[in-house]
Amino acid sequence: MLRYILFRLLQVIPVLLGTTFLIYFMVFAMPGDPIAAMFGDKQPSEAVLERVRAQYHLDQPFIVQYLLYLKGIFVGDFGVSFSGEPVSQILARTFPVTIKLAAMAIAIELVLAVVIGLFSGLRKGKLFDNVNLIIGLLFMSIPIFVIAFIAQFGLGLKLGWFKPTVSSGAPVQDLLLPAIVLGVSLYATSMRLTRASVIDTLNQDFVRTAYAKGLSRRRVIPVHVLRNSLIPTITNTATDFGVLMVGATVTEGIFNVPGVGNVLFQAILKGENATVVSFVTVMVLIYLGVNLVVDLLYAVLDPRIRYA
Amino acid sequence: MPDSQNQSQPGRSVRPPIEHFVAPVDETPVVPVDAVRIKEKKSNLWLDAWRDMRRRPMFWISVVIILVVALVALFPGMFTQVDPRASSLANSNGAPTAGHPLGFTKQGYDVYARIIYGASTSVSVGLIVITITFVVGTVMGALAGFFGGALDTVLSRIGDIFFSIPYILAAVVVMSVMQEYRNPLVIAFAIGGFSWPITARIVRSEILRVKNADFVMAAESLGLSRFATLVRHVLPNALAPAIVVTTLSLSSAIVAEATLSFLGVGLPPGQFISWGNDISAAQLSLRTDPMPLIYPSLALTVTVLGFILLGEVVRDALDPKARARR
Repeated sequence: MLRYILFRLLQVIPVLLGTTFLIYFMVFAMPGDPIAAMFGDKQPSEAVLERVRAQYHLDQPFIVQYLLYLKGIFVGDFGVSFSGEPVSQILARTFPVTIKLAAMAIAIELVLAVVIGLFSGLRKGKLFDNVNLIIGLLFMSIPIFVIAFIAQFGLGLKLGWFKPTVSSGAPVQDLLLPAIVLGVSLYATSMRLTRASVIDTLNQDFVRTAYAKGLSRRRVIPVHVLRNSLIPTITNTATDFGVLMVGATVTEGIFNVPGVGNVLFQAILKGENATVVSFVTVMVLIYLGVNLVVDLLYAVLDPRIRYA
Repeated sequence: MPDSQNQSQPGRSVRPPIEHFVAPVDETPVVPVDAVRIKEKKSNLWLDAWRDMRRRPMFWISVVIILVVALVALFPGMFTQVDPRASSLANSNGAPTAGHPLGFTKQGYDVYARIIYGASTSVSVGLIVITITFVVGTVMGALAGFFGGALDTVLSRIGDIFFSIPYILAAVVVMSVMQEYRNPLVIAFAIGGFSWPITARIVRSEILRVKNADFVMAAESLGLSRFATLVRHVLPNALAPAIVVTTLSLSSAIVAEATLSFLGVGLPPGQFISWGNDISAAQLSLRTDPMPLIYPSLALTVTVLGFILLGEVVRDALDPKARARR
């Protein structure tokens, strides 16, 4: 197990180098002069521009810029954004918000997926199951920004149950609506996994044995069936958590959540290399970390899977 | 003479007679034992899948949706006479009138005409994306899985690099780099360039499963080269999961294009009509007039639903395990 984890951690190094290089190069290749764009209409003298460029190492050739940036990362210096704020500070400001939002969304997703999926699986082929499958397909088809707008317009503006946008500081009650939107847009896949897994488990010998030795349905369903059906759901939800940590750009934008996706999207548009690459680096680390945890979860949850 | 035994022992009729049914020789067709019976239904993975699919209502629903979308995308002029680029600000956010069944956008465009003309953008981008992911993913996955060793390590790590950058974000970066050249081909490469590793992984694991089969060894022992073995024997038997994931990813590619256009880094709104652009434009007047946002969203959702249904049916048909769960 330990060797497996070490091996996986070693694999992260080339991937991380590759992703940072790729992103750094692409942002470098963006047309336009980000420094000139910083000053807007009032362009300062060429000398000032030169000094600012030197400050961000933009006067150096590409590969030197990249290596200087990498060197910075190794000593914990993520560089400075064009607005003068250290990138590490931006990271510290935005990541807690995104983690909070992702955790809430995942909790909603998990509850919906397990409860609906279990009952759907137990009533396979009945009316509830079929209706539920159709609803799930619909939710899989509606793009997230459409769900977000409908929720914002219906629940936020018309009914007034939730605040339509998130105020500064991102308190939990404000994050509830975006979390519901994310959870609802993600639940269908997990729900179907739960349902399929429940149906598989119901046909297992140990379930028949449990009934045969006289256990009641109230004990067999939660203990024997549900517990053994949750592996695909939990691993899929964990993967979703990794996706939410990096990919909630659209939802965060619509609800004005001061999280990672929103800030990163603005930084890309501005061509802020240090900010973009630092965010992507942290995201990729989280993403690979979540993937590793997911793979280890398989082994923890299912004794048949062992990593040598 | 079947009754001779009974007649010879009268009085001992305890057991009922054992009846032998043997057809006379002239009624029994004589077939050579090594002949192939070609009258039986032919059966292979694809035929079975087709037989399974055509029995399902979901398949026909998806076919109808996709046919309608394809017709609209190919011949938009057949469905509307209104010019989708004709804007009259007098009609800004106007209610539906005769000839304009869905009303007008804030810019005074006809909503229905915009939806009709937006279909081709979505469908063409989606098709180019899945072509890219299928070709690149299959080639990378097949080479990595079949030849193994150092090549596998290198190709798999390259896949990891592209896979671990979320593909919407990567596409945002690519579209920012290519901001002078935003067209359906570029946006398709921006999306497909970062989503092929999923296909590659699936093909690779399937190749690993297939490559040790007996028929592969047979092909090699007949003197076929390694590459010919891969192309002629291994790959055709490992493609089913790749086809499933490609069909399913068509819908996500359409959503990705709409998302990028929605974020403002997709197709330039002046040149291309895209549902994502229209949704993004209608967002500004959501509070006063939500309908111009709802209609293109509905078109997008129905199109995506059609392709998701197709992907589901194809997956169920090609994966016997999924069949059992229905």
